[in-house]
Amino acid sequence: MGLLTLSSPHTHNQNSTQHMMQMVILATLPGFVVSTWLFGFGTLINITLAIVVALGCEAAILVVRKRPVGFFLNDYSIVLTAVLLGLALPPLAPWWITVIATFFAVVFGKHLYGGLGNNPFNPAMLGYALVLVSFPVEMTTNWASSIIATDVTASFSDTLSIIFAGASSDAWTGATALDSYKHLITNATAAEIAQQPEFSGFLNAGWAWVNLAYLVGGLWLVWRRIISWHIPLSMLVALSLCSLIIGWDADMYTPLSLHLLSGATMLGAFFIATDPVSASTTTRGKLIYGAGIGVFVYVIRTWGAYPDAVAFAVLLMNLAVPFIDAYTQPRTYGHNKAKRGLYQKQPK
Amino acid sequence: MTEYMLILISTILVNNFVLVQFLGLCPFMGVSNKLETAIGMGAATTFVLTLASVCSYLVYNYLLLPFDLAYLRTISFIMVIAVVVGFTEMAIRKASPLLYRVLGIFLPLITTNCAVLGVALLNIQRDNNLVESILYGFGAAVGFSLVMVLFAAMRERITVADVPSPFQGSAIAMITAGLMSLAFMGFTGLVSI
Repeated sequence: MGLLTLSSPHTHNQNSTQHMMQMVILATLPGFVVSTWLFGFGTLINITLAIVVALGCEAAILVVRKRPVGFFLNDYSIVLTAVLLGLALPPLAPWWITVIATFFAVVFGKHLYGGLGNNPFNPAMLGYALVLVSFPVEMTTNWASSIIATDVTASFSDTLSIIFAGASSDAWTGATALDSYKHLITNATAAEIAQQPEFSGFLNAGWAWVNLAYLVGGLWLVWRRIISWHIPLSMLVALSLCSLIIGWDADMYTPLSLHLLSGATMLGAFFIATDPVSASTTTRGKLIYGAGIGVFVYVIRTWGAYPDAVAFAVLLMNLAVPFIDAYTQPRTYGHNKAKRGLYQKQPK
Repeated sequence: MTEYMLILISTILVNNFVLVQFLGLCPFMGVSNKLETAIGMGAATTFVLTLASVCSYLVYNYLLLPFDLAYLRTISFIMVIAVVVGFTEMAIRKASPLLYRVLGIFLPLITTNCAVLGVALLNIQRDNNLVESILYGFGAAVGFSLVMVLFAAMRERITVADVPSPFQGSAIAMITAGLMSLAFMGFTGLVSI
């Protein structure tokens, strides 16, 4: 009988955790397809492996904690973590890198803090940072070579044997574009580097296509209102400003186009930094959080020891989020002034 | 000037005393339960650490070295720090009773902060001159306060999280400190000092 009376608001959207997570996973599809098309099946194998390990770890912990297993596995949040981790890891990294990173992300990043909604750090980036710090060689040499012109990618069976049996991957791998440009620019001018096939044309480069595909997916998420525009925009603007102001000398610093369209910039801006749990929740806080990530990405990429910086930048801003949130609380209705920081909890 | 900037960046971020060099962990874990106390502790430590690095520099270079007593530096620095802390406490009590009440118990606690002694000893090890010593101490203190305040804000959030019972309290705080340290490893190689 349809006589049940519900109070307002009478909304009709299907806004559930499961739906949101599925949308985000769906939005990674363009980037995933382009990177598989250009760089081979490594990403697909990484993602599959990460999802299997993540579901296994999560189920085991839920059983130990006596929580409903099916309910939590069904919210797709851990699948999203695994997908992001699989996309972020080098395509030809050995299987145990993926397993360790996923285990750390699920157990230490998520479940020791009480599961979804409680984790202060982005789990996928914690797993990524752990393996990057612990296994720098495997994490920097297993990137698929990024020239489209050569047009060779490892076949599916070759990729499987590289990842699981430790076969040599030298024929297909190279340093990332960011990394090699950083080394080249120390003793060559920008015009000289532009002669090289890898950097000769904008659309010749695989990394640019992958990043554009992530941009498309990300803009779709913004349009569907799954994520707000504040974090991606402020991150990209901060990164661009740093690159234009500090890196104005093209013969000394990596150019803006490479900063925006290589590495994990677009994946980070739209899919990783916008994690609703570990990101800032207030509107002004989101702007500060995004801008902080952009600045840290530029600083670590330019002067730091690691080739890419999105993981560390996101983690560094994650640890500032509770503080940012405490000091950017909006004014509540009926009060003249917003209660921020130390004055938040004081009873009137 | 660039060199002074580099000292500050190095001590605040790259070689952060708490998260990278693991000094001053007792107040970092002990007084970070609330944002309010963490801010008070950070302010008091900044003041004392800067003053103590100046005093220990003067004592070492104008008292210990001329009399050939460099082997007494550890014990004399402990004395200097205790005196500075005691003096600060008295001065603040007289000058600003309000600030004294805010800082309260934290002032005497700073005596036992190993970061303060660590900075004094590292200043000598690195052959810092007076200005460098001041900046080194100030940077170390700012880095300490920064990390401490951020950690306190995080802990306030973690206390209301659904943490598994074996990990509640200090255990999850220590894991969080480790993960913060992992994040700070991103600064590796930024400044080579």
